[in-house]
Amino acid sequence: MVDAATETVGIRAARHARPKPSIFKRKSTIAFLMALPLIVIILLLVLYPALYSVHLATLNKSMERFVGFGNFEFLFKRETFWMVVKQSCIFAVTAVLFKALIGFFVAHFVHAIPDKGQRKWRGMLLVPWVIPPAMSTLAWFWLFDPSYSAFNWLFALVGIDPVPWLGDPYWARFSVILVNVWYGAPFFMIMYLAALKSVPEQLYEAASIDGANWWQRLWYVTLPMMRNIISITVLFSLIVTFANFDIVRVLTAGGPIDQTHVFATWAFKLGIEGGDIPLGASVSLFMVPILGVAAIFILRDITKRGNEA
Amino acid sequence: MAAAIAETKGGPSRPSTYGSISRSRKRALVWSYFFLVLFAIFFLMPPIYMFITSLKTSQEISAATNPWWVFNPTLSNYVELLTSNQYLTFFKNSAIISIVVVTITMLVSVPAAFALARMKFWGSATLATGVFLTYLIPETLLFIPLFKTFAFVYEYTGIQLINNWWVLLVIYPTLTVPFCTWIMIGYFASIPKELDEAAIIDGASYFQTLTKIFIPVALPGIIAAMIFAFTVSWAQFLYPLAFTTSTDQLVLPVGIITTLIKGDVFNWGQIMTGALLGAAPPLIIYAFLMDYYIAGLTAGATKG
Amino acid sequence: MAQVTLRKVVKKYDDTLAVRGIDLDIADKEFVVLVGPSGCGKSTTLRMIAGLEEISDGDIAIGGTVVNDVPPKDRDIAMVFQNYALYPHMTVYENMSFGLRLKKVAKDEIKRRVENAARILDITELLARKPKQLSGGQRQRVAMGRAIVRDPKVFLFDEPLSNLDAKLRVQMRTEIKKVHQKVRTTTVYVTHDQVEAMTLADRVVVMNHGLIEQVGAPNDLYHAPKTKFVAGFIGSPAMNFIPCRLEENSGALTARMGEVSLPLPASRTERYKAHVGRDMLFGLRPEHMTERRPYANGQAQDFAVTVDVVEPMGMETLLYFRINGEEVSARVEPTSAVAAGEVMPLAADLAHMHLIDPKTDKVV
Repeated sequence: MVDAATETVGIRAARHARPKPSIFKRKSTIAFLMALPLIVIILLLVLYPALYSVHLATLNKSMERFVGFGNFEFLFKRETFWMVVKQSCIFAVTAVLFKALIGFFVAHFVHAIPDKGQRKWRGMLLVPWVIPPAMSTLAWFWLFDPSYSAFNWLFALVGIDPVPWLGDPYWARFSVILVNVWYGAPFFMIMYLAALKSVPEQLYEAASIDGANWWQRLWYVTLPMMRNIISITVLFSLIVTFANFDIVRVLTAGGPIDQTHVFATWAFKLGIEGGDIPLGASVSLFMVPILGVAAIFILRDITKRGNEA
Repeated sequence: MAAAIAETKGGPSRPSTYGSISRSRKRALVWSYFFLVLFAIFFLMPPIYMFITSLKTSQEISAATNPWWVFNPTLSNYVELLTSNQYLTFFKNSAIISIVVVTITMLVSVPAAFALARMKFWGSATLATGVFLTYLIPETLLFIPLFKTFAFVYEYTGIQLINNWWVLLVIYPTLTVPFCTWIMIGYFASIPKELDEAAIIDGASYFQTLTKIFIPVALPGIIAAMIFAFTVSWAQFLYPLAFTTSTDQLVLPVGIITTLIKGDVFNWGQIMTGALLGAAPPLIIYAFLMDYYIAGLTAGATKG
Repeated sequence: MAQVTLRKVVKKYDDTLAVRGIDLDIADKEFVVLVGPSGCGKSTTLRMIAGLEEISDGDIAIGGTVVNDVPPKDRDIAMVFQNYALYPHMTVYENMSFGLRLKKVAKDEIKRRVENAARILDITELLARKPKQLSGGQRQRVAMGRAIVRDPKVFLFDEPLSNLDAKLRVQMRTEIKKVHQKVRTTTVYVTHDQVEAMTLADRVVVMNHGLIEQVGAPNDLYHAPKTKFVAGFIGSPAMNFIPCRLEENSGALTARMGEVSLPLPASRTERYKAHVGRDMLFGLRPEHMTERRPYANGQAQDFAVTVDVVEPMGMETLLYFRINGEEVSARVEPTSAVAAGEVMPLAADLAHMHLIDPKTDKVV
């Protein structure tokens, strides 16, 4: 019995030991080599620094001593830190909300006009997204100039007092959000427009025949069909806005009196300009939680799609 | 706003005569155009204002006349910038960096996308997801550890990475490669599998399948990815701001902001001209290749 | 010489067996069609012959050489795909010459071969066009042209007509047959369409669940199926299978199917005797259940049914009714068909009947 069993196993093993077709094996080796530069870039320039920043965050200012959570404890005691947390959240959430809303409505308006003109309008409306934000923010900076503001000049025509766009903390917060919405809404518009175009016309016709009015068609046909795109665009935008640097840096550099700092600009100020690299790293690490949440959502989405396919 | 549309657009679904349908459609159209004009003004105002200011002399700007109008248009700002060695250096740095980064990005991401989309190997599915997640790690998280790493590299090898424009050639691909790979995976995956099988039977190697079949067939995707890589490299602000300081090493966005803004003396005519010229390359590419540009933008979300 | 030999070929995906050990000998210049329902392993088999799929076990030989480890390009084969797989960025000429150009064949030789293939397929005037500018049928020709110019040992066709509309499919079917008669290359052709299989093949290989059910000339399969699967798969409308009980009455056999009871031909008695008293399946094609007409062989048996559905097809009419609870179809002359709900006397030509053992699904 035992002998017979081992013998069959032996035969099987011998069968499997037969030289495998080399062409298919070679294929995966070639594939791996083709992807190698990508892997190296990701490991060396993204993954390694990301992990390294965790290590940095546990060192003291001169980076000679391990302080554990010392930097975080120090941050938690600082009022500015909590202000930055609050401002980052307000900034990201408000900006994304308005980008999403404006993008949604503008996409609908573009979709509503005859096909022939859509290209032209779409082209014009995407311009804010195309201009490098550092450049366009300069224009806003100039539009918000305390003495020469072109907005205040218009306001003066109708008798409104000049607005301290960047001078007053609340107005400054409003201004950075406004510029961010201006920059990001066209991206939403383009995404939604693509999604709107992908909704089959028959669905609307069927809904109309079922007696749905404009609002019901939006609610029961358009939104469910666009749900995926809306959620992924909002998610993307939330990440990008949360980690925004350019607009705040150019427009206010965090001022007045640190009131408009977000994580990225404050980390830059502390780490690069202030020379306290560990503290800067600690601040920037606070962007990780939201990234983690987004990553979970996206991974779930990808696996779900994988299962459907 | 929504209520207004609901009212105007509600018409077509209700049983009514032909005339009223077309009338309410027309009304909806008018509203659409009305809002589109409104938003177009909002969206285009800053670039237009840049242009207006760029045509003004410093005297006109400080005279605080109507800021929305140019009384004495002049091209002197343009002439001055385009003959300024400093500005041309910024422009040259930006151009070299962007073009080289586009090249590197394509050389890395196209073969990688081909391998991930078609030639499955151990861990390839994980890697594809990883690529996408990498795209989500913002540069604002990485600049501090990178800064410190570069300092280390200098300590141990004596190679000075900080304050050298070419260091950006090493870093920028981290911004472009993951997304470009991701959208190229999407484009390659949409090519029917039989096409590469036919090529293999025809005797093409994997490399020939990539260069003779995949790249030409997915050319629109490759153009879209190149545009993306170019605009990202051109617009990048944080890395050059953190890693370069001498004026001869700066790229455009940083150069304009750090050199044209001198203390409290803002020469706004020149700043706006510089910014407008700095925005010109992406705008020109956009104007000519809008469809590719938009395809690249939407590919990431619709295919992922 | 280009015979294709498969020996105990197995294809395993993770833990499912797509092909479960098949043996097949394809002679030189033969046109063999692999036919079967989707998922039967026919395409996988073809792709293993092509070298696009790794062979899990067994051997495949082309022209006497085992090619298990030979890459597709060195197997000297050409393949025509279901969706044509024409390179969209190349002209027809470039598409057809791509393989030869990769092999660095001389330019004028390429030209000669492409033009020759184009002449055979009547696509000479299309050579400068791009695939986008071609109709489905033209694309199909180009795909075949690409195969012909390479002058391979074996042609492989993977459902090449599935994407065409019905009319074009019939036309291209004839075209493929003509081409084979001209170039006489060993051909392996995969399809799920039994009509294509019947019309094109020298020999048909019917596959099911990763195994070969039967190999034979089209008419052999039609008239002498070995299994219930082949009997049901070949022929349209499909063969009727009616549960029956085999009874013996003073040496003669009868198949009892509910109210209908048909005495079986005396010539079959010896064959069926062992199954007397068992529940069997009685198989008869619709064309062998007709209105009563004088039969030469005298083995027609009369019976009557109540018709449920009538389907006029033009040259014939299909009747559907129930026997022993089973839906059964019959083909009759349009003139003799009755209306639905009426009783129609029919004749069954028992010379063409089959008896199937439901335990083994084999034809007795």
